[in-house]
Amino acid sequence: MSHHIVPLKTNIITLSTLVFLTAVTVLTAKYIHLGENGNLVLAMFIACVKATIVFGWFMHLKYEGIMNRVIALCGLGFLLLFVGLSYLDLFFR
Amino acid sequence: MSTASYDKKTQAAHHFDSLDQQHEAGKQGVWLFMATEIMMFGGLFVGYFLYRFKFHDMYIVGGDSLNWQLGALNTLVLLISSFTMAQAVTETMSGNNKKALKLIYVTVACAFVFLIVKYFEYSAKVHHGMFPGFDMWNPDMTYIMSQLRESSQGIITADPANLRLFFVLYFAMTGLHGIHILIGIGLMFWIIKRIKNDEFSPKYYTAVEGVGLYWHIVDIIWIFLFPLMYLI
Repeated sequence: MSHHIVPLKTNIITLSTLVFLTAVTVLTAKYIHLGENGNLVLAMFIACVKATIVFGWFMHLKYEGIMNRVIALCGLGFLLLFVGLSYLDLFFR
Repeated sequence: MSTASYDKKTQAAHHFDSLDQQHEAGKQGVWLFMATEIMMFGGLFVGYFLYRFKFHDMYIVGGDSLNWQLGALNTLVLLISSFTMAQAVTETMSGNNKKALKLIYVTVACAFVFLIVKYFEYSAKVHHGMFPGFDMWNPDMTYIMSQLRESSQGIITADPANLRLFFVLYFAMTGLHGIHILIGIGLMFWIIKRIKNDEFSPKYYTAVEGVGLYWHIVDIIWIFLFPLMYLI
């Protein structure tokens, strides 16, 4: 297993991207009106992008082997199942 | 000390073949824990979303009564602390323990700033009777409605009984997140102590990386909490 050391520059770029996306989240939510669910979907989309960046670069998942990626995706997968089935129940009961 | 003594910086524990295997096993354990964290908070998020569709207006009223500027400040503080933690892992892996120590001090400072801001937010909510427990639920509706965004003024009228649900979720989710921050601070002090004992090296840094992973997942949860609670 290689021990990949993430350089300072990469960490700074990661932080800058996250701060930029936070600003985008605030500005879109406050000043762009896309209707009740439009803003929710947009904000969640940006949050998912931010989470992916944290998972990939700060948490080194980009440099990990397959095993830890599978574990992380299992957590997210079961969460999606939970959300999906709950919504099926809510909308089609 | 009767336990077998070996140099942790250069030798693996006896039940591992190599330092690499030991490191990978330890990190995998932390990742399994991260998966359970995702699912634990996930349950609360599912609750948030399900009730959002039933009591949409109450989420608007409740969300607007929160101070989004303070929420944004806390988002920034946590992102910076995530950066310093990630960089601390980089420095430990490169053998610069002194730099790593400084970066972890900054991380702890950020965690305390986060909690102090949260204290002011919580006390403002308690002051206006928006804490849904211990007979403290007595919301100041005039104040709450005055915080509502202009486009919804007059359209939405809040029912205090339903509004309570939003604040139950708000305090449960940010509260559990706050407990994670507290635990994170404890873990940081553990790492600080171990760095001062000169326990880490480029060959052995599993604990720093593990605490880093934990700290980043706490950040990720806040990345979702901030827009859901304060903005939308």
